[in-house]
Amino acid sequence: MAKYSLHINGSLKEVDVAEDTPLLWVLRDHCSLYGTKYGCGIAQCGACTIHLDGVAMRACSIPVSQIGDQKITTIEGLSQDGTHKVQRAWIEHDVAQCGYCQSGQIMSAAALLEDNPSPNDAEIRSAMNGNICRCGTYTRIQAAIRSASNMK
Amino acid sequence: MSKITHVNRRSFIKVSAATGGGFVLGFSLLSACTSDPIKEPFYGEVSKPEQWNELNAFLKIGDNGVVTIFSPNPEIGQNIKTSMPMIIAEELDIDWKDVIVEQAPLDTEKYTRQVAGGSQSIRQGWTSLRTTGATARQMLLMAAADKWSVAVDELRTSDGKIYHDISNKEMHYGIVAGAAALLEVPENVTLKDPKDYTIIGKGIRNVDGKAIVTGAPVFGMDYHEEGMKYAMVEHAPSFGMSLQDFNQAELRQMPGILDAFPMTLPVEGLHRITEKAFKKNEAVVIVGNSTWSLLKAKKALTVNWSINTSPEDSNMHEATLSALLNEHDNTLRKDGEPERVFSQDLTVIEREYSAPFLPHNTMSPMNFFADVSEDKARLVGPIQLPELSAGLVADMFSIPKENVHVEMTRMGGGFGRRLYGNWLLEAAWISKHIQAPVKLIYSREDDMANGTYRPAYKVRYKAAFDNNKNVLAFHVKGAGIHGGPVFANRFPAGSIDNYLAQDESAASNISTGAWRAPKSNFIAGAEQSFIDELAEAMDLDPIDLRLQLFEKAATSPVGEENDYDANRYANVLKEVKQKSAWGSETPGIYRGVAAYYCHNSYVAQVVDITLENETPRVKKVWSAVDCGRVINPEGAKNQIEGGVIDGLSTALYGGLTFENGTPQQTNFDRYQVMRHLDAPEEIETFFINTSEEPTGLGEPGLPPVIGALANALYKATGKRYYDQPFMNSLLG
Ligand code: FES
Ligand code: FES
Repeated sequence: MAKYSLHINGSLKEVDVAEDTPLLWVLRDHCSLYGTKYGCGIAQCGACTIHLDGVAMRACSIPVSQIGDQKITTIEGLSQDGTHKVQRAWIEHDVAQCGYCQSGQIMSAAALLEDNPSPNDAEIRSAMNGNICRCGTYTRIQAAIRSASNMK
Repeated sequence: MSKITHVNRRSFIKVSAATGGGFVLGFSLLSACTSDPIKEPFYGEVSKPEQWNELNAFLKIGDNGVVTIFSPNPEIGQNIKTSMPMIIAEELDIDWKDVIVEQAPLDTEKYTRQVAGGSQSIRQGWTSLRTTGATARQMLLMAAADKWSVAVDELRTSDGKIYHDISNKEMHYGIVAGAAALLEVPENVTLKDPKDYTIIGKGIRNVDGKAIVTGAPVFGMDYHEEGMKYAMVEHAPSFGMSLQDFNQAELRQMPGILDAFPMTLPVEGLHRITEKAFKKNEAVVIVGNSTWSLLKAKKALTVNWSINTSPEDSNMHEATLSALLNEHDNTLRKDGEPERVFSQDLTVIEREYSAPFLPHNTMSPMNFFADVSEDKARLVGPIQLPELSAGLVADMFSIPKENVHVEMTRMGGGFGRRLYGNWLLEAAWISKHIQAPVKLIYSREDDMANGTYRPAYKVRYKAAFDNNKNVLAFHVKGAGIHGGPVFANRFPAGSIDNYLAQDESAASNISTGAWRAPKSNFIAGAEQSFIDELAEAMDLDPIDLRLQLFEKAATSPVGEENDYDANRYANVLKEVKQKSAWGSETPGIYRGVAAYYCHNSYVAQVVDITLENETPRVKKVWSAVDCGRVINPEGAKNQIEGGVIDGLSTALYGGLTFENGTPQQTNFDRYQVMRHLDAPEEIETFFINTSEEPTGLGEPGLPPVIGALANALYKATGKRYYDQPFMNSLLG
């Protein structure tokens, strides 16, 4: 076990966990942040996507010991009250079916737009390809990203 | 905290459905004493009332006019947590913006059918939900008439308000809700004229939309209680094995691990479902303080398993299915004299189709919370058949049924997998064993290796036609492990004079079960590919051949028991033909068409594909759907889109193979599903405008798209696709 101070969603959080613990389980089991989901554990599905210093990463595959003072943003910290443009666009397009993959999808989309504010369709598809939606909401997700890219 | 009027079952009255649909609805009347609510609901934009008044088990009205509607059925992404309350709200005649929706707990005395399965929630709830809303509205009117000392029929309602136009008075429902809750429940109520609908048929967004996009803990996986332990299980690697021993002492020493022990679920004799779905009822259980310590302990686990029944593999399954097609004759239906007609001098075509086992791959692996003691059980999590599971827990642990409480969370996908509560029973067993509340989580690998898979299937079709382009005889023979895929009375039964349907099943030690649109998920694709090939052999347009058969089934049907309405079937085909401009040619675009009826709904689809470096890309999918009256158009479209993608994904990539009894694809690195890059660029869905009763949507969008895709692939590559997943033959 080792102690870590993590920058999560703008505040500092102390955790005492095994050093190989993936960030996903630190968030879920030790920080009561359940928005980041478990889908595969091997960086294949994107359900656990978070931002590390603004870059989309798979939290299931980053050991806590490698985080240092990089800033972690989870879906709970993407905006104060669910009003990030990507979240608004998701509601506008009524994207979710079961909803389980959507926090990962939203985090990938938010990082994409940060990087490339007006992506074309091909760029959207390839940036999002690591996020599986078993319910098949892909066309809605892509439409929501196009809408979000036009929002302020 | 706001107050709530309390259910004390002072009286319990059954109200029959006013429209005589045969539905009986449990209806609890309430007294007006108050107590603290169990938990605060999510108010969102609406303001919080001081006091709640429950009018019946489905709804309570705040003193400020805000209404809470309890959604009775489990939510698996089919959006009924939005659409079922919409139906109540419509008849109650309130403004949707004043509605809060909450998930009702399991209580079949109050809510009758609390099931997510077979796309039946809306169809079966249609009459009773409308009656519920209308009855509550009538009680509010009666209370208002009393308060103003006027006649009930001088009153009208609109958007949650009661009006007495003669005296120019108005008030919102909240003012008389307390008085209304004390009234006798009226026996007969009038339902709205559909032309006055203000909520049904309008696009209402998912009531959990905000919770989902903000990462609120709404799924079973997210459930947490103080003092709760975590558990994981390790089942046998292959089917047909028993647990001998494992390195128990070593595991117990590992950091974060509280205990490790063997488990045998006593499932025999409990229920047909358990016997079919629980073929791995032995496991090693590990209990710990965190998920990661359990995942590490699972890696360190060494278990000795003994072999009970011989391990099966995919080659064996293939041979078994072929043998079933060749050797047996289990006739489901016979019209005319098919054998005699096939022996005549006619053109005959015969083709065989196959599909492998499929895991469900719900996005969230299986999980459940359980807190079980000697005489009580509390269970929280995602389950499609809560009542059955509660009964199994009661039987298995000899707990009185009324002491088993199930709370349903949102499900991270279901597709049939969450009908079978083996993980729920495991969680209950573990909790009882360790005498503590516990959350059981499956890893993705556990989830995929211990499934209740879609059976593996084969089917052979044979048809004979004459020179006048008439189909004279038709023979379908199916085989499945386990359970065959043929529906005796579906199309083309009823449209061909000489018809024979046969079906065979082989036993297996692999657990199988319902998978989104059971049987239809295979047979539709096969049948619709065969009809396409038949049309080509007959030199007919594929839509024209189908319409010709529907015409016959509508005007002079063969046999009496045909499951479908040929006119509705033909209508969706005509609609998709027109919307997609079928018959027009675009260079580089290859099209296929198919239509299918299941779960009481009709769907016709056209798939447009292109070839990029020999790889097919789906450009666009057109769907025409007749699911009766559409309750929530946006939600309905989303369901069809999901079915389309699931169907395409399954047909192209889906398949679970076995070696030595062991499933070979147990995570998304080896099991391919459709992703953003392969998804259709566009999906356009049209609903037939009809006043027929609403029917299912969660499943019917999937089956035909497989046939439409196969037919489009043929146009693109000149090759027919008989065996799923198609990607194998595309690459090979
Ligand atoms: S859980 Fe991390 S990518 Fe699937
Ligand atoms: S909405 Fe269910 S997995 Fe994406």
